[in-house]
Amino acid sequence: MTEFDPKIVGFLCNWCSYAGADLAGVSRIQYPPNIRIVRVMCSGRVDPAFILEAFKSGADGVLVAGCHLPADCHYISGNFKAYRRVTLLKKLLQQFGIEPERLRLEWVSASEGDRFATIIKDMVKEIKKLGPNPLRAGGKTSG
Amino acid sequence: MADGKIGAVLVVGGGVAGVQAALDIADSGFKVYLIDRAPSIGGVMAQLDKTFPTNDCSMCILAPKLVEAGRQPNITLITNAEVTELSGKAGNFEVRIRKQSRYINEEKCNGCGLCAQKCPVEAVDAYNRGLNDRSAIYIEYPQAVPLKYMIDREKCIGCGICQEICRAEAVEYEQEDTETTLKIGSIILAPGFTSFDPRLKTEYGYGRFQNVVTSIEFERILNASGPYGGLILRPSEGEIPRKIAFIQCVGSRDAQLGNNYCSAACCMYSIKEAIIAKEHVPIELECTIFYMDIRAYGKEFDAYYNRAMEEHGVRFVRSRVADVGEDPLTSNLFVHYVEDGEPKTEEFGMVVLSVGMRPPENVEKLAEVLGIGLNRYEFCQTDTFSPIETSKPGIFVCGAFAAPKDIPESVAQASGAAAKAIAVIASERGKLITVKEYPPERDVSREEPRIGVFICHCGINIGGIVNVPEVVEHAKKLPDVVYAEENLYTCSQDTQVRIREKIRELNLNRVIVGACTPRTHEPLFRETLREQGLNTYLFEMANIRDQCSWVHMHEPERATEKAKDLVRSVVAKARLLEPLKKPVTSVIPVGLVIGGGVSGMTTALELARQGFEVHLVERAKELGGHLRHIYYLLGSENPQEMLRSIIEDVSENERIHVHLNTAIVDVKGYVGNFTTIIRSGGNEKQIEHGIIVVATGATEYEPTEYLYGIDSRVLTQRELEERLAKGQFNAKTVVMIQCVGSRNEERPNCSRICCSQAIKNALKIKELSPETEVYVLYKDIRTYGFKEDYYREAADKGVLFIRYDDEHKPRVTRENGKLMVLAWAPILKTWVPVEPDILALSVPAVPNANNEHLARMLKVPLTKDGFFLEAHMKLRPLDFATDGIFLCGLAHWPKPIEESISQACGAATRAATILSKKTLEVEGIVAHVDEDLCVGCGLCITLCPYSAIEKDETGIARVQEVLCKGCGTCGASCPKRAITMQQFTDAQIVAQGLAVLRGVVHG
Ligand code: FES
Repeated sequence: MTEFDPKIVGFLCNWCSYAGADLAGVSRIQYPPNIRIVRVMCSGRVDPAFILEAFKSGADGVLVAGCHLPADCHYISGNFKAYRRVTLLKKLLQQFGIEPERLRLEWVSASEGDRFATIIKDMVKEIKKLGPNPLRAGGKTSG
Repeated sequence: MADGKIGAVLVVGGGVAGVQAALDIADSGFKVYLIDRAPSIGGVMAQLDKTFPTNDCSMCILAPKLVEAGRQPNITLITNAEVTELSGKAGNFEVRIRKQSRYINEEKCNGCGLCAQKCPVEAVDAYNRGLNDRSAIYIEYPQAVPLKYMIDREKCIGCGICQEICRAEAVEYEQEDTETTLKIGSIILAPGFTSFDPRLKTEYGYGRFQNVVTSIEFERILNASGPYGGLILRPSEGEIPRKIAFIQCVGSRDAQLGNNYCSAACCMYSIKEAIIAKEHVPIELECTIFYMDIRAYGKEFDAYYNRAMEEHGVRFVRSRVADVGEDPLTSNLFVHYVEDGEPKTEEFGMVVLSVGMRPPENVEKLAEVLGIGLNRYEFCQTDTFSPIETSKPGIFVCGAFAAPKDIPESVAQASGAAAKAIAVIASERGKLITVKEYPPERDVSREEPRIGVFICHCGINIGGIVNVPEVVEHAKKLPDVVYAEENLYTCSQDTQVRIREKIRELNLNRVIVGACTPRTHEPLFRETLREQGLNTYLFEMANIRDQCSWVHMHEPERATEKAKDLVRSVVAKARLLEPLKKPVTSVIPVGLVIGGGVSGMTTALELARQGFEVHLVERAKELGGHLRHIYYLLGSENPQEMLRSIIEDVSENERIHVHLNTAIVDVKGYVGNFTTIIRSGGNEKQIEHGIIVVATGATEYEPTEYLYGIDSRVLTQRELEERLAKGQFNAKTVVMIQCVGSRNEERPNCSRICCSQAIKNALKIKELSPETEVYVLYKDIRTYGFKEDYYREAADKGVLFIRYDDEHKPRVTRENGKLMVLAWAPILKTWVPVEPDILALSVPAVPNANNEHLARMLKVPLTKDGFFLEAHMKLRPLDFATDGIFLCGLAHWPKPIEESISQACGAATRAATILSKKTLEVEGIVAHVDEDLCVGCGLCITLCPYSAIEKDETGIARVQEVLCKGCGTCGASCPKRAITMQQFTDAQIVAQGLAVLRGVVHG
């Protein structure tokens, strides 16, 4: 059996977090290749349905990242909206049989390439402990 | 041309500075002639592999600018050319240009390269610094702009093969040199520099020992399109070296050679080369840098220097190398040097000479033809308060020709020169330009998606890790992909031509580029689509470099898998892309400049000179900022007089509205249309404007170290300066301590100005009181550029410089009222006591406490240190990522007056590219309501942070497109999924997100 290699989907806001992820690259900070980034303009764009959809399709983890609270969001308060939505969704996840730790909300600024890399390293480690997405293991998915 | 002025500018030199100036000027409504002596533009930057301190790939960040210059209809490129005559005066010059023949008809050559493949002659490849060969018919490098071949007639044997096979019939053996006369209003000089010829330092063996190379040659060796394909090999026999020595200051800081100045960029490029070399060589490679002072004085440079030591294990030896010898058997090199008073010898596999910058070739002739003055090193003569003006009105200078400097400073100064050149001919704006015509947009609404995919090797940045051919093969199999190919650099001009060809040939209606980040390169590719009649929104990028190959350098296979996933995911999104319209908005031709120091005032003046109204907001009760505390300079100018005259100019200019004692309360709007509320006393006022320039300056750090504030003999340099200026100085012994509050844990970076400030004060002391003993305790003396002269002068006048390191920081005590400084003497290995009458602390400029608040209001980022963070450290030093907001001066990073002024002029230019337009296309990504689905619940209306949504007569939601900024938060909450964000629709995001997961589930 090969070692469990989690797949993480990241929804990153264009202005801070996506730029932070780029900075990690420019600074050649290495992190494990488990995340696939989807760029959105603001973390406030992330509909809980996207996250659920990702989990249903077998994602082992989902990262939502945006500009720092309280006031770094490029669109005034999208990060607060993301915060509320993700917090609520975490409560709901359990009902679907998904550990809430698989979903993370983080704030990464454009100058925090190292922070982005650390978050990914950390998340991969955590999720490896949790094992594969239970929906995937249970075969209940619609992939 | 009422007053005989001509709305055109001549830019001499097509390096990064010249190109930036040309783009800014053309973008502001003037005609530009950009001439270069070389067959293509790009200058030295096009030869670099990476750039510091970000390790960005040099060609990647330069190529978009070159391509843009190549396709800007108001820039005429004249290559292989030089100026031979000049007449007329500012506003109305006539210039003669001699263009050397290429023996190729530029109109006809399409750059296919068949000729070079067939050419039987081998010639030395100068672009790769003679490390390999090229054919006699050639282009300088694959991404050359213009992409036109040239025949090296010295090498050509006239066999006629190229002429025979050229289908375009472009080869013209008989072509002759041509001369033309141009009429222009002003001139910008950006001829760059030449590298010092290390043969003049015979002791280092360059030219005798094969494995001694220059830093530029080494740069080519590191590069994927270099002589060894990006492998680090010894020129002698092609082996990988185990140990490389870098020798600093070759041809710089060398009084014997008469080159006393510091070349300003070599410390950093050597650190970069050492880091990149270590990344390239999989086996253990040792890199050692021999230096006198490490001059890492720029934005976040010290952090880079620290990383080189700590993370990459680059070794630094403080010593001037005496000479280099060679072992004839192994071709290894012996480096002889003295460390801590002891002579040493060490063997290396390769030696890299960090060669300094010299004035450009034939500089005397250029100066003579144009009638401009040169300084004693034959760089262009300028002054502190007019760093861009040459001695002749109407002719301006930027880049390394003004003084040795790095890329961002060249770019900022180039924009600055553009401001000056435009100001001469401001009345002629728009008179000589043509508007770019695009083909009509193809209607793709009835077409099935036909996707073309272009995957970039990015030299070896991607291709060295990710298996690009495999990714291409994967892409070919994806639904709706009808074409996929790989490119060495997808952003180069020839690839733009290819993309257009493929769109036409295969009727593509969606294009995907797998390369770097859309944040820097999306505009370039969108323009390519537009030129081919495709809507610019039918484009997507897969970020397989910054977010893949660069962060998974040691896992090539998994990186390849990830790259495939990323390409697959944007293909999934691209299938659902729809064409969008870019709304057009009007521009309020008024500027808002925040900060009334020398930077802010200069920006305001330059904008006013271009004919724009400006609001200048200063929170203090008077103008002047930091400059108010400067009483004298290293040079002879009187700063207080200059300040008075600038303030006078500002106050007298009727286009500038000065608001003192005023705070910014609120900023709303977007590029072209901002609304700002300012408050003064109890009164609030509203200003409408099109752009914002942040010039808020910095604050002097208040030290807590070394008894400052406790003992009145302990001063900051600024306080000492005031005493010296006001005749209140009286001391027999003065000690200065450098880097107090900087280059430490809390503030790891250098504050750039303190070394010069200390030397300035030391020289003033020696002038006023030659008997006074002055000790400067320092870590590195960072008097870069021509400031090095003053360092030498101070040493000559008896100022004692004593180095300390972090283990031996100076100690200061007070006993029985006596102030005592203990300084570590490294050679004696003991602490030496000094009893100063004055202890002056060199403290850094630190960010204003208010920065955070302002950054939030403007929605712009700060660096970790708390200074404002520009859009791109190398190539967009004066722009924020948010359109319409710019920065300059100390708010950006500590810097001396002349650099602040250059930046301030540059910020004015950048702002004027917007203010000069009547209308502006803005981002077309706005929310869209599906009227059939909307039930009028109003949730989106309450959520929208910009009140951009309202209910229409029928009670359903309607988006006001100019107000919508495209965040998409409405779309994330609509219970009926009736409102969505274009280009980021629910379906697109889900498709993209799920495509990466394919293969995870075996459903
Ligand atoms: S833009 Fe980054 S969270 Fe809103």
